[in-house]
Amino acid sequence: MDQIAGKSLTELKRLLDRGEVSALEIIKAFKEQYESDRKKPAPLNGYIEFFNDAEELAVKADEARKAGTSGILEGLPIAVKDNILISSRKATCGSAILQGFTSPYSSTVVERLMNEGIIPVGRTNMDEFAMGSTCEYSVYGPSKNPANREYVTGGSSGGSAAVVASGQAPCALGSETGGSVRLPASFCGTYGFKPTYGSLSRYGLVAFGSSMDQIGVISGDPDDIALVISVASGFDSNDLTSEDVDFSALFPLKRMRLKGKKIAIPEELSGEGIDKEVGIVLERFASWLRSEGACPETVSMPLLKTTVAMYYIIAPAEASSNLARYDGVRYGLRDITGNNLEDLYVRTRTEGFGDEVKRRIFLGNYVLSAGYYDAYYKKAMQVRYLLKKELNRVLKEYEYILSPTSPVPPFKLGTKIDNPLSMYLTDICTIFANLALLPAVSIPAGTTSKGLPVGMQLTGRMFDEKGILRAAKTWFLKESRGEV
Amino acid sequence: MKYEVVIGCEVHVQLLTKTKAFCSCENRFGGIPNTRVCPVCLGLPGALPVVNQKMIEDAVLAGLALNCKVAAVTRFDRKNYMYPDLPKGYQISQYDMPVCTGGKLDIETEGGKKSIRIIRLHMEEDAGKNLHLEDGSGLSYVDFNRCGTPLLEIVSEPDMRSPLEAVSYVQGIREIMKYLGISDCNMEEGSLRCDANINLWIYEDDKRYETPISEVKNMNSFKAMRNALKYEIKRQLAEWQEKHLSLMNTGKVTRGYNDKTGETVVQREKEEEADYRYFPEPDLKPIVITKNLVAETGRRVGELPAAKRKRFVSQYGLRKGSASVLAASKALSDYFEAAAKGYGEPVKIASWIITEVGGYLNTEGLTIEEFSLPPENITRLMEIVDSGIISSKIAKKVFARMAGSGESPDTIVKKLKLNQITDRDKLEEFVAVVMKENPQSVADFRKGKDHAIKFLMGRIMMLSKGRANPQVSAAILKEKLNNG
Ligand SMILES: [Zn+2]
Repeated sequence: MDQIAGKSLTELKRLLDRGEVSALEIIKAFKEQYESDRKKPAPLNGYIEFFNDAEELAVKADEARKAGTSGILEGLPIAVKDNILISSRKATCGSAILQGFTSPYSSTVVERLMNEGIIPVGRTNMDEFAMGSTCEYSVYGPSKNPANREYVTGGSSGGSAAVVASGQAPCALGSETGGSVRLPASFCGTYGFKPTYGSLSRYGLVAFGSSMDQIGVISGDPDDIALVISVASGFDSNDLTSEDVDFSALFPLKRMRLKGKKIAIPEELSGEGIDKEVGIVLERFASWLRSEGACPETVSMPLLKTTVAMYYIIAPAEASSNLARYDGVRYGLRDITGNNLEDLYVRTRTEGFGDEVKRRIFLGNYVLSAGYYDAYYKKAMQVRYLLKKELNRVLKEYEYILSPTSPVPPFKLGTKIDNPLSMYLTDICTIFANLALLPAVSIPAGTTSKGLPVGMQLTGRMFDEKGILRAAKTWFLKESRGEV
Repeated sequence: MKYEVVIGCEVHVQLLTKTKAFCSCENRFGGIPNTRVCPVCLGLPGALPVVNQKMIEDAVLAGLALNCKVAAVTRFDRKNYMYPDLPKGYQISQYDMPVCTGGKLDIETEGGKKSIRIIRLHMEEDAGKNLHLEDGSGLSYVDFNRCGTPLLEIVSEPDMRSPLEAVSYVQGIREIMKYLGISDCNMEEGSLRCDANINLWIYEDDKRYETPISEVKNMNSFKAMRNALKYEIKRQLAEWQEKHLSLMNTGKVTRGYNDKTGETVVQREKEEEADYRYFPEPDLKPIVITKNLVAETGRRVGELPAAKRKRFVSQYGLRKGSASVLAASKALSDYFEAAAKGYGEPVKIASWIITEVGGYLNTEGLTIEEFSLPPENITRLMEIVDSGIISSKIAKKVFARMAGSGESPDTIVKKLKLNQITDRDKLEEFVAVVMKENPQSVADFRKGKDHAIKFLMGRIMMLSKGRANPQVSAAILKEKLNNG
């Protein structure tokens, strides 16, 4: 069986089910792909750790298949972002402050997937605590874009996108607070999906911006995403913000008849401020939609201009509180060279957190502090409510919202790392879905003249994961047959 | 100098729920340090709180008992501050949407009844405990067993005008919480904690001056509370005379009471007061409290101890002391009323329940709720004593057996033959009467007609209504006949 690495989860499942390949062969193939890349002069640095017992687990999976006790994902590999907990595995969130932390429990999503036999093969690189849009703010150094190693992967789930795009894993879990799955998927040329807030349990996902955090999936095939969501979704008694949804019939995805579907293209995310080459891909995608009989049209949604401002109040506020627990008292980094409690806190956190994390903690504490709360946090929450209303109004009339996933194509490593504001603006197209809790998918829709991937984003109604994934599948089928 | 004392109280009450406020760990005092913990109450990365429904019900119950208004929608907020005993770096508490507001509690004062207004009652989680080694090592440890214990915080208006009133108020809260069975309110174990805000209104030159408010902590008994507040009055008076500082100049200080010295010492000045950066807890949705729950809970509150005490005095003629003991617990007062039903002397029943039942429960380490003896059995036992069948001394024996075995008093009396008269003096009386009334039989016996003794015994049994002990009676009779 040649060319295992590079195949999708769905294809591998088919081969496994038919007995044409063993789990061990699969895991070995991906491991080899990872190891051969590591020997290259500029490795992608997608994995922080490839689990050295993955092959053992594959042997067990093969035995389970033989014994007829296998789950529906038995022996299939998945890469897991470093902020999604797996029992007895390390988890560091790309941060120095969590060095040495081993999780005593598994996140609900991983547990549900593992109950069906999936094998987490490794932890993927990320911006520290998922704060970043390039995967450069990692204590392990940046991941590199498989399309061109001088370019960023996008972030924060950059490692997850890089391992999928380079055939080091068929599929990966990432996490989103403001676009951290879709953006790197777009930069690396894969599909990236963020479910509706509440579709997947957040239990065991290390918190950043709790009111927006959501685990997402990255893969080269929308069906992989549907497969993972169908197993992992639904109410979890450990997360009271999770919802009682039933996506068990999501997989396999049927193609969607787009004929007559109304699709809104926000004026604010399609004209000014959008890179020219990105605009060309958007136009091409829109004309494909038209050729399928859909009706994309430009709609003005002025509040979309406020999303970055809103986001950079709400997310840091929540983060400042969520990250207060990293204090050197119970786990992770601990600097006891000082004389008192204050020293323990200050030294541990000064050493343990990187600049971007510190920036957001300061920002979050500031907007929550007495005298500023009303002007910032409260105001942002009020505007967030209005944004939700506006988007839901648009989505009543239109089936989906179409926009680029990023206003710019992938850029070179190091170009924005010292300019946080310009970095933050990279998220302008993705953030609104997180603020409004909506499901959204980034679709690899083309490339720039330099051959760098460009993604288009479809955002759907609350809990209409099925709709946008089927639309993505429709594109996937046409595109893989060269019909677009 | 003319002055008035002004006191307001913040009372924390630990609830007796089976599990903690936001996780399923057992909620119990003490234990080997860090054995009653889980990812949630340890604040591990990725863990999420799950609200204990019983905590909400208890809060509503307590609120209604304190004449509060129950919110239709209530919400949890994060109170952010860092301390080693607070593993998340924030406490889940309630800020601007507490579960209950606007209640009152009546207390008895020298001047008669007085209403103390209650501003609010809210739910929050307790912190762990820091343990500082006193072996010169300077080491400190944290025990998280207590962490996550559900608390109610009850905040009063500054309506109390003396330490005595403040003590009465807290005693009143304690009485109600214990009566409702939602807390054991043990001040030494810290399941009831009170912080008092105290200052003086000093009237000088036709003006009113307010001294700086002290928030007094560490009052671990009612005696400590009285002493601490008395000390504060003296201290504030002296400070006023010396420095003439008023609330306007200095604001509020936190002072800790030292039980050994009987003094309060400064813990924190106003400037050091923390900014808690409250914001809505994003991990929990707002909680809707249905009218149904409020109505049902309202029925559960019923008659409270103060009213019950009064009624017991007027309806049953109990002394105040007995009435207080019985009215302190719903189960105990119900037990008393059931036993007193249809029995003419409730005072006797009351004292039986207090001394005998109370003593039994104490030695067996049981609560009245766990006591399975039907109250009617106590009533029946009293009736048996009243009819002279057994003495009250014997009745205690019967009670001891019946409390353990659950048999009815009649059965026990019969089984143990307690209704037989074995008292020698009493039996000698019977013998004397019978011998006197039947001289012929006596003479017959003495002539050697042994059967005469049978006849005389029959007479004795008739006279004693069958209760005379046959063996002892026969022995006495023979003795008397032979000695005649
Ligand atoms: Zn716990």
